[in-house]
Amino acid sequence: MDKFRMMAQILQSNQESFMNGICGVMALASAQLYTSFEFNCPCIPEYNYSYGISMLVIPPIWFFLLGFVLNNNVSMLAEEWKRPVGQRRKDPAVMRYMCVSISQRSLIAPAVWISVTLMDGKSFLCAYSMDLDMSELGKNVSGHGLSQEELLRTLAKIPCKHIYDGQHILSREAATRYIRCISQAFGWLFLLIITIAAFLIRAIRPCFTQAAFLKTKYWSHYVDTERKMFDETCTDHAKSFAKTCIKQYFEGISGEIQSFHDHSRGDDSDDEDDKPATEEDKLMGVRRQDTMNKVLWDWHTCKPPLSLRKSGDASTEQNGDLYYSKV
Amino acid sequence: LMDRLKLVLQYFQSNSESISNGICIILSLISVKLYTSFDFNCPCLPQYNKMYALGVMLVPPVILLLLGVLVSRHTGVLMEEWVRPLGNRTKNPAVRKFLLSSMLQRALLAPMVWILMTLLDGKCFICAFSMNVNPKYFTGIPNSTGLELIKIMAKVPCKEDAIFKNSSFRKAVSRYVRCYSQAIGWSILLFFIFLGAVGRVLKPCFNHATFLQTRYWSNYLDIEQKLFDETCVLHARDFARKCVVQFFESMREDVTVRMPLSNALRPSSIHNEHEEEEEERLHGITRQDQVDHLLQTWYECKPELDLCIMLDSEQFKLWTMPGKKPHPTI
Repeated sequence: MDKFRMMAQILQSNQESFMNGICGVMALASAQLYTSFEFNCPCIPEYNYSYGISMLVIPPIWFFLLGFVLNNNVSMLAEEWKRPVGQRRKDPAVMRYMCVSISQRSLIAPAVWISVTLMDGKSFLCAYSMDLDMSELGKNVSGHGLSQEELLRTLAKIPCKHIYDGQHILSREAATRYIRCISQAFGWLFLLIITIAAFLIRAIRPCFTQAAFLKTKYWSHYVDTERKMFDETCTDHAKSFAKTCIKQYFEGISGEIQSFHDHSRGDDSDDEDDKPATEEDKLMGVRRQDTMNKVLWDWHTCKPPLSLRKSGDASTEQNGDLYYSKV
Repeated sequence: LMDRLKLVLQYFQSNSESISNGICIILSLISVKLYTSFDFNCPCLPQYNKMYALGVMLVPPVILLLLGVLVSRHTGVLMEEWVRPLGNRTKNPAVRKFLLSSMLQRALLAPMVWILMTLLDGKCFICAFSMNVNPKYFTGIPNSTGLELIKIMAKVPCKEDAIFKNSSFRKAVSRYVRCYSQAIGWSILLFFIFLGAVGRVLKPCFNHATFLQTRYWSNYLDIEQKLFDETCVLHARDFARKCVVQFFESMREDVTVRMPLSNALRPSSIHNEHEEEEEERLHGITRQDQVDHLLQTWYECKPELDLCIMLDSEQFKLWTMPGKKPHPTI
C-alpha cells in the first residue's frame, strides 16, 4: 500500500504542481518581458493614446492565448466536447469545470502584466498625459498664452524627458508624479479586485456546491487519466503487435514454429505472482489491422459506458440503465 | 533517488503544519520583495498626499491577507467542516475555532511585514504627514517662491523638486518625520513580540487538555481530506485502466472465448492475480452511479468517527448501494 500511496501522491501532486509550475513560469516570463521591453512613447498627440493603451491591453491577450496553447488539458476539453455520445453520456458540468480551471490558470500571466504595467506607470503616462488637468497641479489654466493645439502638443511631450519644452508652463516632474500616482492607484485597485474575486470563488464556494464540485473534480480527473491510460495501452499493444508480427514473419521464413517457447518459460517459474504476461495476452485478442482500426475509431465515436464488468463475467457486458444524477 | 523522494514526501505529508508555516514564510518574503521593487511615488500635492500614502500602507496588507487565507489548506477544511450537513458525525465548534485562529494567525504575518516595512522605511509617513510639521522649528525654508506654506510642505517628500535646491530644510523635515515613523514601527514590533511571548508562555495554563483534543481533531480532518483525495485519484486510475482494457477485450476477434467456460481456456488467466488486486483497489465501486453516490454521500453524510462500525462488512456494502443510508449500530 505504501508504494501506491507514494504513487498517488506523486500523481496528484505532479499533475497539479506541473500546471502550477507552468503558470508560475509564465507569470515570471511576463514580468521579465515587461522589464526588458523598451517602452517608447511616440510623444505625438495622435498616437500617444493608441500606443499607451495597446501596450496595456495587447500583451495580456497574447499571454492568455499562450496559456491555452501550453495547457495540455485544452485538447482534452475539445475532445470531450466534440465526441459523439456513444454509450457514455456527456456531462456539461465536467466540461464547464475543465474550461474554468484552464481559464483560471491562463489568466494569471495577463494579470501580472497588467498590474506591473500599471504600477510602473509609463503606459498610463503616455496615454493620458494630454488629458491632464492643470488646475490639479495648482497651475493657472489659461495663463500660458498657448493655443489649445499647441498646449496639447506640449502636454503630449511630457512622457519624453529629452524633448519636453514646456518647463516654464508646467514642471514635467510634477505632472509625471501626478499621473503615475493615479496609475499606481489603479494598479492596486485592480489587484484588490482580482484578489477579492479569487477569495470569493475559493473560500465561499464550499457554501454552495460542494457535493457537485467533488463529482465534477473526480470525473474531470478521470477523463484525463483515462486518456493517458488509453495512450499507454495503445503503445503497449503496438509493441506486442509488432513483436508478434515479426516473430511470425521469421517463423514463416524459417518454417519452424516457436509458439511454445513463451509458455514453457512461464511454467518454469514457481512464483505465481511473477509470471510474465505473454505477448499474446498483451494483445487482448486484437490481432488484425481492421480490428485495431475499429478499436481506435470506436474509442472516439462510441466511448464505452462507465460500468465495469466483474472479472469472472465473460458474458455480454451490462447494458443497464445509466443512472445520471443531475446536480 | 526514489527512496529519498519517498522520505521527503512522507515528511511533508506527516507534517502539514510545516507546510503551512512554509507557505506563510514564502508569502512574507514575497511581501518584502514586492515592497522593495515597488516604486514609491508620492504626488507631492496637498490634496492627494495623505490618500496615496495611507493607500500604499493599507491596501497591500488587505491583498496579502486575502492571499494568505486563499492559499492556506485550512481554509478549505474549515469551510467544508462549517457548511457540511450534520450526517452521522457531530460538529465540534472548538475545532472550527482552532482552525480559524490558526489560519488567521498565519495569514496575518505577511500584512504585518508590509506595514512594518513601510513604517521602518519611512517614505509613506513622510508623504502623508510632512504637511503636519510645524516649519518654525527648522531653518532655511524657501519662502522666495511665492507658494503657500502648505504647498511647500507637501513638496518635501519629493527630492528632485527645484525649490529645495540650496537648503537643508527638506532633509531636516524628512529626517524628523522618519524618526517618528521608525519609532512607531519599532514599538508595534515590540508590542507584537511581547504579545506572542506572553501568549505562548501562558497558553498551557488554560485548558491544555481541551487544546490537545482540538489540535488532534483538526489535524485529523486535514489528513482525512487529503487521504480521501488520494484514494479518489487511485480509484480513478484503476477504473480507467480497467475500462480501457475491457474496451479492447470487447473488440476481440476470437468468439470462442465468450463462452462462460473454465478460466484455464482464457488467455488472460495469467492476469488473475493482478486483476484481483486491481479489483480490491476498486473497493467494489465499478459504475458511474456508484461513484456519484459515493461522492455525494461523502459530503452530505460524513461517516461516524467510529472504526468498529466500519468493520461490519454488511454495513460497508450498504454504503455502496445508491439510495440507502445505513444506521450505525452500537
